[in-house]
Amino acid sequence: MKPAAFAYAKARSLDHAIELLGTREGARVLAGGQSLIAALNMRLDAPPLLVDINGVSGLDRIERPDGQVEIGALVRHAQALGSQVVARDAPLIARALPHIAHPAIRNRGTVGGSIAYADPAAELPACLLALAGEVDITGPAGRRTVKADDFFLGLFETALGPGEILTAIRVPAATPQMRCGFAELARRHGDYALVGLAACARADGAGLRDSRFVFFGVGATPVRARKAEAVLDARGFDGLDEAVAALADDLHPEDDIHASGKAKRHLAGVLLRRVVREMQDPWA
Amino acid sequence: MNYRFIGKSLPRSEDIRLIQGRGRYTADLAPPSAARLFMVRSPYAAARIVSIDASAARAMPGVLLVLTGDSPEVASLGTFTSKLRRKTPDGKPNFEPPYRTLARDRVQFVGDPVAAIIAETLDQAKDAAEALRIEWEPLPAITETKRALDPDAPQVWPEAPRNICFVFEAGDEAAVNAAFAKAKHTVSVTYDISRVTAAPMETRAALAFYDSAAEAWTLYAPVQNPHAVREEAADKVLRIAGNRLRVISPDVGGGFGLKEVPGPESILALVGARLIDRPVLWVAERSEAFASDFHARDNHSTATLALDAEGRFLALRVDTIANIGAYISLNGLNSSTNNLGGLSGVYRTPAIFTRVTGVFTNTQPTAPYRGAGRPEATYAIERVIDVAARRLGMDPVELRRKNMIAPSQMPYDTGFIFTYDSGEFERNMDDALALGDWAGFPQRRKEAAARGKLRGIGLSNPIEISAGPVTGTLSESAEIRFDSTGSVTVTIGTHSHGQGHETSFAQIVADLLGLEPEHVKVRYGDTELIEHGTGSFGSRSAVAGSVVLIKTADRIIARAKRIAAAHLEASPDDITFEDGIFRVVGTDKQVGLREVARLAYTLRPSELDGEHGLAAKMMVAPARPTFPNGCHICEVEIDPETGACAIVRYSVVDDVGRIINPMLVEGQIHGGVVQGLGQMLFEAIVYDDGGQLLTGSFMDYAMPRARHCPSFACHNNEVLTPVNPLGVKGAGEAGTVGALAAVANAVADALSPLGIEHVDMPFTPERIWRAIRDARRAAP
Repeated sequence: MKPAAFAYAKARSLDHAIELLGTREGARVLAGGQSLIAALNMRLDAPPLLVDINGVSGLDRIERPDGQVEIGALVRHAQALGSQVVARDAPLIARALPHIAHPAIRNRGTVGGSIAYADPAAELPACLLALAGEVDITGPAGRRTVKADDFFLGLFETALGPGEILTAIRVPAATPQMRCGFAELARRHGDYALVGLAACARADGAGLRDSRFVFFGVGATPVRARKAEAVLDARGFDGLDEAVAALADDLHPEDDIHASGKAKRHLAGVLLRRVVREMQDPWA
Repeated sequence: MNYRFIGKSLPRSEDIRLIQGRGRYTADLAPPSAARLFMVRSPYAAARIVSIDASAARAMPGVLLVLTGDSPEVASLGTFTSKLRRKTPDGKPNFEPPYRTLARDRVQFVGDPVAAIIAETLDQAKDAAEALRIEWEPLPAITETKRALDPDAPQVWPEAPRNICFVFEAGDEAAVNAAFAKAKHTVSVTYDISRVTAAPMETRAALAFYDSAAEAWTLYAPVQNPHAVREEAADKVLRIAGNRLRVISPDVGGGFGLKEVPGPESILALVGARLIDRPVLWVAERSEAFASDFHARDNHSTATLALDAEGRFLALRVDTIANIGAYISLNGLNSSTNNLGGLSGVYRTPAIFTRVTGVFTNTQPTAPYRGAGRPEATYAIERVIDVAARRLGMDPVELRRKNMIAPSQMPYDTGFIFTYDSGEFERNMDDALALGDWAGFPQRRKEAAARGKLRGIGLSNPIEISAGPVTGTLSESAEIRFDSTGSVTVTIGTHSHGQGHETSFAQIVADLLGLEPEHVKVRYGDTELIEHGTGSFGSRSAVAGSVVLIKTADRIIARAKRIAAAHLEASPDDITFEDGIFRVVGTDKQVGLREVARLAYTLRPSELDGEHGLAAKMMVAPARPTFPNGCHICEVEIDPETGACAIVRYSVVDDVGRIINPMLVEGQIHGGVVQGLGQMLFEAIVYDDGGQLLTGSFMDYAMPRARHCPSFACHNNEVLTPVNPLGVKGAGEAGTVGALAAVANAVADALSPLGIEHVDMPFTPERIWRAIRDARRAAP
């Protein structure tokens, strides 16, 4: 075993999990473990207690409440990828899922874990934000719902408080008017994205309305390109060049080991063009 | 001679065991009683060790032993050595830094070992490591090759001013200067060969046993050359007689040049096993491997080619700064200075000169890695030819053809370092042009352009030395022994860590002795099995192994003939040997080799020249090195918007001399090419300005995958070398040697419409995008 010593407790229920989390400061939830265990193994993190929620029933369901798609926190990426509900009613998520790592990781990693971990280069947080979704959180003080817009606060920092557990995400179900697009550039398929884009908008005649273009891998959180969105909402597809130019104000990516900030901003423009073209003519 | 098995694609007899998970690697062999060794390593690229307080660590649960550089058992050890000595600019022998098992006083790279903790379990050892109190004084560090010589660069060793380890020159500088002076054209290209790490599937490991009654050690470790590892460990570091250390290298998951030394960890496992009187196991974790394995390549070079008006090569000059790392590894000076002959390529260039400046930096020592200077040499000549063709408006194929050495010129003294014995270089190239459909490329480029892609094609004609070095080939030993049941065991001093020697050498011996390959048991990798061996590296095993096996088999046959003669009551002169059968000429009297082997144990001594048994052991060196060669053609497609580069077509024609097993050769070519593609597309060790290793895991150090490779088209031109009896040239490194230049030439070709002449590896989207952006900005 590679990590530092930690205590382990398997929760029997959601209430039990919350009770367990309260027993030790710094206790962490173990779901799919695809990021957490790696961090533990590299001893980048040493929580005193892991609360395993894999035995908690009711968190692994994909539901279709009225006008929405609800994905339980313990739904594995592979399960979501195979879901007809997700394919039909949450097509943006369906588009993003194959880009998440590799089959072995998708078999174990969970949708809730990806959102709660909030890696700034991960796909699902950007999708949740692009879809204006929301997350269900349960904690010692009870249950609450947080909008995606208010959930991602900083680098690996979310609205989840101590002792709280993310139990599900909800996104609006697709409508005939909804257009979505997804693209990412990674060195190799399955690597974290150099730059990625998850987008959602409402088709309105020849143009787009209410567009939400969310880039990932370009900042501490998924980043909405608000100026570019405004240009596209106002000018439609004719405004594409202007929207790309507006990304200079929207995005401020920093250099990392794989790409410079400048390259990332350029690549964001390339993705914006590709995704907008796709949304313009989804059947092309 | 017609061979029954040589030249046939026999399946690897190793595969059943290895593919079914029944291989026995070092870590598999640890008994339950083995304690675990954990290495504490420097988190700084350069720092002074102010103090180490191990008292808390020693008191941790399960801790059996904590060693630091000042522990008497460690301080009394010898230092690791370098096989090669070069000279400083003022003619003195190069400075050899004190390469200790554990650092004392100061550390010189991130990963430099400072303490060894042995505990009941690995967890306990790691927990104890966190209790070790080390006070550091960080110092400025230099990691970048081309900056190491700067006057203001941090100095790694005070004994090596300007960080110069050595300056090594080869060739005739005056002749090159004279040729440059009168040449119609001179063309230069300056480039980096990136720093990479071998990343074998099996990380380095060590399992040490101490027998206190015999006062002797056994070390299991995945190494390519157990005998040299014994010499270094026993002779140089532990300072004990070689017969007190048995080194066994069991199944090994890849070597590539990395696994040629005992390493500090093996020494500490051995020392620890004696001190705690228990077996000790160390296995590198992958992230530890990135920080502690030797790295490789890492050159900054300028190649300049002089040509006359018709494009004939007049002279070549290559100036290189080679990164040696913080210490000099056992074969660390080999890559940059010992395989330079390949600069000649397959061409007639009257004058060649090269100067290599080895520099110390605060990085892992560099060591050989598949090709070890050969891919770098091929890259120099093949890149500069392409740049010359581009600048002079000549066809890169015709420019090469014009300067190629012809078969009729063999043996051909290049006038530089190598003398080639054989090779049909133009045929290789023509076959490759056909295989890769060079003629159809313009159409493919047009189709790619219609899809918005930039398509490029590149070619390289690699030639490399195998079973060298040129200054004197290395010996190899083998024994063929028949036991009293008549079965045969072959022991050999080479080592197989993926090459398939158990199959290929069985094929050779089966042909030589008229046996079936499945009856020939091949053993290797144990210093007590055979007293000396050189090991496997430098594409040498097929050459050195076949040479010694043929001589040893001749002895077996000569001796067996006398036994057969006694048994058949004939004169040895009247006995013939063919297909495993001894016959008395002109009669129907015969006896098989296996029966002869049994008779060797049962006949009366007087019938056996007074000596029982049938065995022969030889240690011989090949008469001369060989020169495998070939032609690689690569096609790439680049997305100009993103800079993403994909290899879409790859063809190889290879002349590895006589092929023992075509399937194994093709596997070597595939693997070698992929390792080359990996370096060109993804792989690069990166440090930050402070010397921190940024590529510390497979998340950041990207390896190629199958989906990055097209289906390779391979073809062999089997031109037998006259310098050894089978005509074998060697195949281990050929794929990598050709790949670097072929990919780089293809990428440069793809980008040439934008006026881009050269981009440095690895061809990440960032680099290509930057090159495209800069070219567009510079465009009028």
